[in-house]
Amino acid sequence: MTTIKSTAAQMADALAAGSITSVELTQQHLDQIERVDSAVHAFLYVDKEGALEQANAVDVKRKQGDLLSPLAGVPLALKDVMAQKGIPTTCGSKMLEGWRPPYDATVVTKLKNAGVVILGKTNMDEFAMGSSTENSAYGPTHNPWDLTRIPGGSGGGSAAAIAAFEAPLAIGTDTGGSIRQPAAVTGTVGVKPTYGGVSRYGLIAFSSSLDQAGPCARTVLDAALLHEVIAGHDQRDSTSINAPVPQVVKAAKKLDVKGLKIGVVKELGGEGFQAGVLNRFHESLDALVEAGAEIVEVSCPTFDYALAAYYLIAPSECSSNLARFDSMRYGIRIGDDGSRSAEEVMNLTRHEGFGPEVKRRIILGTYALSSGYYDAYYGSAQKVRTLLMRDFSAAFQLADVLVSPTAPTTAFKIGQNDNDPLAMYLNDIATIPVNMAGIGGMSLPSGLADEDGLPAGFQIMSPAMKDDLMYQVGGTLEAALLSRWGAPLLSQAPVLAGK
Amino acid sequence: MALSYDQAVEKYEPTLGLEVHVELNTKSKMFCSCATEFGASPNTQTCPVCLGMPGALPVVNGKAIESSILIGLALNCSVAPFSRFARKNYFYPDMPKNFQTSQYDEPICVNGYLDVEIDTDEGIKQFRVEIERVHMEEDTGKSLHVGGATGRIHGADYSLLDYNRAGIPLVEIVTKIVGGTGKYAPQVARAYVTELRDILRSLGVSDVKMEQGSMRCDVNLSLAPASSGTLGTRSETKNVNSLRSVERAVIGEVIRQSNRLDAGERIVQETRHFLEESGQTRPGRSKEQAEDYRYFPEPDLVPVVPDSAWIEQLRATLPEKPSTRRKRLQQAWSVPDKEMAAMVNAELLDVVEETISLGAEPTRARSWWLGEVSRLANEREVAATSLITSAQIAEVINLISNGELTDKLARQVVEGVIAGEGTPREVIDKRGLKVVSDDSALMVAIEAAITAQPDTAERVRGGNIPAAGALIGAVMKATGGQADAAKVRELLLKHLGQG
Amino acid sequence: MAAISRDDVAHLAKLARIDMSDVELDHLAKEMDVILGAVARVQEVAGVDVPATSHPIPVNNVFREDVVKPSLTSQEALSGAPAQSEDRFKVPQILGEE
Repeated sequence: MTTIKSTAAQMADALAAGSITSVELTQQHLDQIERVDSAVHAFLYVDKEGALEQANAVDVKRKQGDLLSPLAGVPLALKDVMAQKGIPTTCGSKMLEGWRPPYDATVVTKLKNAGVVILGKTNMDEFAMGSSTENSAYGPTHNPWDLTRIPGGSGGGSAAAIAAFEAPLAIGTDTGGSIRQPAAVTGTVGVKPTYGGVSRYGLIAFSSSLDQAGPCARTVLDAALLHEVIAGHDQRDSTSINAPVPQVVKAAKKLDVKGLKIGVVKELGGEGFQAGVLNRFHESLDALVEAGAEIVEVSCPTFDYALAAYYLIAPSECSSNLARFDSMRYGIRIGDDGSRSAEEVMNLTRHEGFGPEVKRRIILGTYALSSGYYDAYYGSAQKVRTLLMRDFSAAFQLADVLVSPTAPTTAFKIGQNDNDPLAMYLNDIATIPVNMAGIGGMSLPSGLADEDGLPAGFQIMSPAMKDDLMYQVGGTLEAALLSRWGAPLLSQAPVLAGK
Repeated sequence: MALSYDQAVEKYEPTLGLEVHVELNTKSKMFCSCATEFGASPNTQTCPVCLGMPGALPVVNGKAIESSILIGLALNCSVAPFSRFARKNYFYPDMPKNFQTSQYDEPICVNGYLDVEIDTDEGIKQFRVEIERVHMEEDTGKSLHVGGATGRIHGADYSLLDYNRAGIPLVEIVTKIVGGTGKYAPQVARAYVTELRDILRSLGVSDVKMEQGSMRCDVNLSLAPASSGTLGTRSETKNVNSLRSVERAVIGEVIRQSNRLDAGERIVQETRHFLEESGQTRPGRSKEQAEDYRYFPEPDLVPVVPDSAWIEQLRATLPEKPSTRRKRLQQAWSVPDKEMAAMVNAELLDVVEETISLGAEPTRARSWWLGEVSRLANEREVAATSLITSAQIAEVINLISNGELTDKLARQVVEGVIAGEGTPREVIDKRGLKVVSDDSALMVAIEAAITAQPDTAERVRGGNIPAAGALIGAVMKATGGQADAAKVRELLLKHLGQG
Repeated sequence: MAAISRDDVAHLAKLARIDMSDVELDHLAKEMDVILGAVARVQEVAGVDVPATSHPIPVNNVFREDVVKPSLTSQEALSGAPAQSEDRFKVPQILGEE
């Protein structure tokens, strides 16, 4: 029987077989949202009517015998960073409260064309800046494994929605780990495709040269199915890659890693990594060896500088990307009482409309780009980027894919890192190099950490445009671990018992 | 006692710098597919991209790149093998993203020159104006300031923004400093802008209408004591909107700056505005607290890397240089300098050349366009070329040449064509404007005139040739002016034994 | 690198068009000091011989045909505007330039 706990692939099969309608499936998920979201707060907006309409449209087409895409009728949660025509899109910021875009992001167009049912918009750190979803102007999202803990960020809403069975699939975006780190701490799967693999048109930019949208799911195959729906060249995005989409669904089904070389990055996994996270990581490596892979150690010495370079490049680009939020054309406007000038109203609106983390990064980026400091900061960071890419190409000479723990720790308590931005930034230490080099990265559950019984993530990194490799390795590892666990990891999530 | 211009340029050496902005005449905008029609209803030529909406991304108009390369080639520049767009960050409500996408340190064309000639008391003098760079950028929207006492910004209650113009492609052509012009600085400036305009027009890349703002000029000027070999502080006079104003702005600034220097005051580096009525400038924004534009490479766009095949293909389409063409035509038509200059100033070169190519006799072609047609155009305050086509004028001239029309009749034909009565042929038929060239018909009128004025006829017979005038006049009157007076004279004198 | 002062932050906030209270400025100056101290280490490895990378995936010459496509209607364009009048975005008086 198909339930909200089924995988997206199972739901798609049931829909195709006619054993359930999309309207029924969508209603089940809307009911689950009704039941749990007051506690989880994964959603900022639920589009009940729109979702049921889309579901009904797919059911009608199916009855007519129309040719439908594999995920037609399957529900999905959309990160609120994506513009969806006529639907409130806030990017987790007060700045955009009430804004309804007059256009669809390319990802949204592709989802609609594929008949994927969009349930609503998910919570996120404001403008995707953060690792905990605590920076949302609309309150934090709670980790379904432990409601006192963070679900990761910036895409905590999308990851939590999946972990809480509010949706089988979600869209995330990943600038420094915002898909993978939430996946790691919620026991779900998240993929950052190769930069340029998925169109950024309609993705509200945080850092243009790093942002990349990707799938969030409960299984590697589900992620692959969604990946193939949203990926592909887009003429509206100049940085979109004009090449065929790697065959990730086929790769996810391969369940074979014999002869593949798996590179363990020496620099990712030492000091600062929680013991339980490392234990699960090493067990996963063992599972891969058992499946026939060869493990090699690789060194990427510049990784130690990746975090520093990231916290110059991303803020620099964001300081410019977020300049458009000035209250003139859309969004909120503060203090326009007839006595103030446009400039004064802009200043007031930006003071009120942006939260502390966004302001911190705008100021940092403004500094890094300002005359006299550009070369030392932004310029140097771009050079580090070159070195990181060299590290990766050397490592990929030795290994087909690279692996590491996704995040150094399991989910921490809400409020724990409030006053220490640097400690917060460390969450992304293992995910950031992937964005800097534009390659693909995946996180999948490696098990529960011994200390706290919370999920840990296993990261697989594949060379640019070879996203299929991480799906192949991820699918194989997932199958191996599942057979050890006997049931999906999420079935052990205590908060969901009885819900 | 204030210095006059002549006194000023004896004491001080002017140095020029000219920045010309040209709106390209592409059908669509620089970074999006919105139309670029002049005068459309407000905000009807806008989209998420040119409104700077969250999530929207730019894509470069390939035609704009080609136009920019053509401009560079026509100005003897080298085309950069690698160029990029950058973001120029500053806030202004008419700029939707609060950064202007522009080229900064990597422009598309560099290091060119343009030779210009000016007519002086000492004869024709040639100057070489060196071009530093040709770069691309986007235009801003238009603001309308409402309320307040003066209608200017400072008194406005609020402003209204129309973004139709935002994102229209602009090319900026920047000269190196132009020295050594001495007192001729104003003429050199004007000749440069004129020649540049003619080149751009011949390339067909812009409407180059200074009065509509599709070509705008900023004049930089500084003074240094004559023969000092130093450079003074410059002022930048903005938006000088006619060729004459370019000349006047230079004169105005030379006088203003020289008088300040003479009074022991210093020149402030600042932006000034040209005042059309007085020919003077008034201060605008001071550049002493220069904005920090925080330029960095536009991460949403990719580099422009033209290969040599593309460049050579474009070079092959370059039209003849306007200056070369003028020399060629002047020689071919054997036109005196003054008349050539008159045709150039009246922008009649193209139609005259066309008219001649249609078989019209060159001298007549020039005098018709410069004379009668221009006179009629001036009366109506329109362009001569908007009244009548070169084919129609050529037809009229050919009718004169083969004796079917007199000049006087031809003027009536042209009037008729302009009045919309049809083609020259149709006007001739409708108005019955036919030269009476039939000898026998004329002879009847001649004999009638002799009979009516026997004494006069006798005097002519006796050798008093000027007396024939009265008889010729009578014949012309009798034929309603349609006879060819020369023909009448010839027949009459012959008849009276004086031929 | 010299420590970043409150005045420096005030200047940056002005460039970034964000009003900030004295308390915010003080707080941010301290944070910026710490963060800049941590990120400045990029200079350790950024030698003169290392080229800068701004695009992770090298792509060149992406151009669009010069073809007009439908724009938004003015109603759609203005749909999110905080204020509008006469089919235009209505904004407070603009100071500083003509």
